[in-house]
Amino acid sequence: MQSKKGMAEKNWTLVKKRDDLWLRARMIQAMREFFVGRDYLEIETPERIPAPAPEDHIDAFSCGSWFLQTSPELCMKRLLAAGYEKIFQICKCWREGERGDYHLPEYTLLEWYRRDADYQDLMIECEGLIRYVAGASGRQGFLDYQSDRIDLSLPWERLSVGEAFERYAPLSVEEALDQGCFDEVIACRVGPNLGRRCPTFLYDYPVSLGALARARKDNPGLAERFELYMAGIELANAFSELNDAQEQRRRFEKSRAYRRSAGKTDYPVPEPFLKTLDSMPDSAGIALGVDRLVMILGDRKKIDHVVAFTPEDL
Amino acid sequence: MYTASDLRKGLRIKIDGDPYIVTEFNFVKPGKGQALYRCKLKNMMTGSQFERTFRSVDAFDPADLEEKKMQYLYKEEDKYCFMDNNTYEQVYLTEEQIGDAKNFLLDNLEVEILLFENKPLDISLPNFVDIIVAEAEPWAKGDTVSGNTKPVVLQTGYQIQVPPFIEAGEKIRVDTRSGEYLTRVK
Repeated sequence: MQSKKGMAEKNWTLVKKRDDLWLRARMIQAMREFFVGRDYLEIETPERIPAPAPEDHIDAFSCGSWFLQTSPELCMKRLLAAGYEKIFQICKCWREGERGDYHLPEYTLLEWYRRDADYQDLMIECEGLIRYVAGASGRQGFLDYQSDRIDLSLPWERLSVGEAFERYAPLSVEEALDQGCFDEVIACRVGPNLGRRCPTFLYDYPVSLGALARARKDNPGLAERFELYMAGIELANAFSELNDAQEQRRRFEKSRAYRRSAGKTDYPVPEPFLKTLDSMPDSAGIALGVDRLVMILGDRKKIDHVVAFTPEDL
Repeated sequence: MYTASDLRKGLRIKIDGDPYIVTEFNFVKPGKGQALYRCKLKNMMTGSQFERTFRSVDAFDPADLEEKKMQYLYKEEDKYCFMDNNTYEQVYLTEEQIGDAKNFLLDNLEVEILLFENKPLDISLPNFVDIIVAEAEPWAKGDTVSGNTKPVVLQTGYQIQVPPFIEAGEKIRVDTRSGEYLTRVK
């Protein structure tokens, strides 16, 4: 039996996290079961890489002369190009400067890819995954998050970006893009309203906002991209993956030019990725923030509660 | 000069010549979009509030404020009296200006009083304050590992959640920024 004196020395912040850390572990276990049961291959790719995908607003930490990955995307697509059909990975990613109630600079991502699938197929798979993980964590039918009750019965809401702006924003998507305030409107006006009663797939983004996504064949102004929202929190981002190396290179160069003009670190072009991209079959891929899903299932307001240590604790 | 990434709750910045304090802060970022810093700002002179969202390129001047170490003396009606121990100068803050600081404001505590053109505006407590538990339910022995908490009342009258083994009369350390229990003090 431990003495009372010994108890007081314990780190109380950590002691209080016991239930959240058990939930987290059970959920990650359930994610693995779900994908293994669907014949997905679990893989690991290097977390330290020479060239992250250049994107306007995603900043990588340097690590020696290389970088810590901001996503495992490029290596996973090289596996698709080599003929792997269904792959998933649960890994750490790093993004510099991202810290808030829903952001940690080091966080855990679940990323999966499927050949011969598109973003619509991934919406259905996403429904299956989250319902499975919720069930395995003792939550059936609905989730209570803060003041919301989120109904998990199928199908979940599908809302195009255009419809969402009509419903929740004082201006249209086109006007927001023209005025350069798309991010503000999504983050402050639209996003917080999504997924409050049931999870919402926000889909069909302007093509300029889908860096690695394929454009719709019937409407090249739209990217086949969706984000999943629950309780106003952005949980996952998915694409029908672009597999046109020339177009991808053009988009990378555009982002590199933006980064240079904004005084951000310039990343080299990931040549080995571009070299194999044309041989990548039509595929869809998705990244889901594991920490945020734990927050939602655990009914926690801040991401800090669902990791043992935040950077500030170290 | 501050940039948007310096913004946090409690930061004081100058906008159009007036001192403002960030009363609420949240970092938001659409996954593929740019970082945004949502703030609620309060004019420290007039008390008026507004919300604004900044981008990482935005920059601010610090507010022209003077911070003075002062000691808390006493409360008289709804005024709190503080004294500069070097000059014996005394200033008064209203209940509203004190805000949540009253939860941890012990007699003789040394605090920082914020002055704008010699008028007291705001108070900053030390980050950590040691404070005595006035009232607590007795400890149900055996509960040593669960994350359960129980409410206790501090000597200031403030109620706080603590581990179950804390008893009345004990001294605990509190983080005044989060208002949360940290550890027991011997």
